[in-house]
Amino acid sequence: MERIQEIIPKAAPAAAPQESPAGPARNAFEITGLNVWYGQKHAVQEVSINVPERTITAIIGPSGCGKSTFLRCLNRMHELVPKSRMDGSIRFYGQDLYAPQIDPAVIRRRIGMVFQKSNPFPTMSIAENVTVGLRLNGIRNRAFLRDRMEQSLRMAALWDEVKDDLGKPGVSLSGGQQQRLCIARAIATQPEVLLMDEPASALDPIATMKVEELIHQLSRDYTIVIVTHNMQQASRVSDKTAFFYMGRLVEFSDTDLLFTRPREKQTEDYISGRFG
Amino acid sequence: MTFSATNHGMRKALSVCVSACTFLCACLVLAPLGLVFVNLVQMGARSLNLAFFTNLPAGPGVAGGGMANAIAGTLILIGLASVIGIPAGVMGGVFLSEFGSSRVNWFIRFLCDILNGVPSIIWGIVINGLVVVPGVIIAGHVIIPKGFSAYAGGLALGCLMIPLVMRTTEEVLVLVPHGYREAALALGIARWRTTVHIVMQTAARGILTGILLALARVAGETAPLLFTALGDNFWNNDLTKPIAALPLQIFTYANSAYPDWHRQAWAGALVLVAFIFTLNISVRFLTRGKPVRV
Repeated sequence: MERIQEIIPKAAPAAAPQESPAGPARNAFEITGLNVWYGQKHAVQEVSINVPERTITAIIGPSGCGKSTFLRCLNRMHELVPKSRMDGSIRFYGQDLYAPQIDPAVIRRRIGMVFQKSNPFPTMSIAENVTVGLRLNGIRNRAFLRDRMEQSLRMAALWDEVKDDLGKPGVSLSGGQQQRLCIARAIATQPEVLLMDEPASALDPIATMKVEELIHQLSRDYTIVIVTHNMQQASRVSDKTAFFYMGRLVEFSDTDLLFTRPREKQTEDYISGRFG
Repeated sequence: MTFSATNHGMRKALSVCVSACTFLCACLVLAPLGLVFVNLVQMGARSLNLAFFTNLPAGPGVAGGGMANAIAGTLILIGLASVIGIPAGVMGGVFLSEFGSSRVNWFIRFLCDILNGVPSIIWGIVINGLVVVPGVIIAGHVIIPKGFSAYAGGLALGCLMIPLVMRTTEEVLVLVPHGYREAALALGIARWRTTVHIVMQTAARGILTGILLALARVAGETAPLLFTALGDNFWNNDLTKPIAALPLQIFTYANSAYPDWHRQAWAGALVLVAFIFTLNISVRFLTRGKPVRV
């Protein structure tokens, strides 16, 4: 942990959102010429994009357009897929994420992830699920874990619903609650970035609304990159939107702009529902 | 295809018929088990008394005596086998499920399945040749002296356990959904901690079940012990010396010419079966709760 903080300049403390200046935002990610292959399949092609910190960046596009793959490159999760290969550069606050001395586990502590399918650990209680990332990274202090657990559950807007059932299994919650539990688990390690891979696509409209509200809340403290195939969701929650098609980045601009005055014909066709 | 009433009657009759057939087949499978059990209890229960569990074997033709040393010997051998078989088997299973490349795994799995099919007496002969005859001497230190010993017996049973435990461990680990591994790794949890605390913990019941079933299997093995542990008629605290075991004692007594020993063999068989039965029942209890969520 210490090692990486020497290498990567730590972002401004995430807990002080009101102090964040209105001036030009720093870039959390600077991605240039990113290419990813799975075996023969060229899943992401020549993508270059800058993700400013403390904003919500949405990535939209039809299924199989490479948006999830792109997201997984940002915390090196795509490396877990056998036969995957990438080139290009991803800089996180200026530091090359793929530099040989970087431990992917350390990267993933700073860049958290929430998955499409909620996946609380079935052997653990609600409380244990939230603190697992801390406990399995060697933190034993009970009072600290307890505080962080409550704080994370409050941030995930789940505390009031589960505060009397903290010892119950995480999988006993409803689908929407499980997803918020997973968000609490991801923010308990206090990452600087949250990557969300279609976090609401398996939820009903009310649970979706809660998760979207939560994403909006979190964006004060976190840089969020969210993959979604729901364009309304992208337009509701995000500041910036990137449209991917067939592995390529077609257009990337402010969300308002992209949905009202798209520059590219393909973007216009997609957002107006002509394909995808 | 019609939905007329006659058709319905026909289908119902056929359904009853086939159901009855399958039920009969099930009974046919269960019947031998029931017969063995009834027979064992009938023949064994008469000789089963406190002395059987506390006394040493009596001399040939002398009434009384028990199998206390053989019961203890079997427990010791199972203990030794566990020390070898459980860590090696579980770790092997973890490797197959979590770490190995598919080509290497295919090869290991293939070898494992061959090993599972090897007659258990082969293990007795192999350990006899590798351990009993030469002894185990590493860099001048005698680890296991030459000759029959509890160590050799435990080693033979342990080797028998490894492929069994390995395959069941692998099978339950691959049932753990991939999403849990991803979730843990995405939290920045190291790979080995993910494997131990997330994947193995999720499959803990299944792994334990596999271990217990393997133990139940080796507890009843006679053949691998014939050329390794050999058997003994007295208490033995020295693991470098031959040691008694229930299956061996049953084998010896059942082959003898004395009716009293025959009765004791039956009692021994009953105790052995009861022990294995208990292990299997505890497996049922362990697996009764919630299964691995897939």
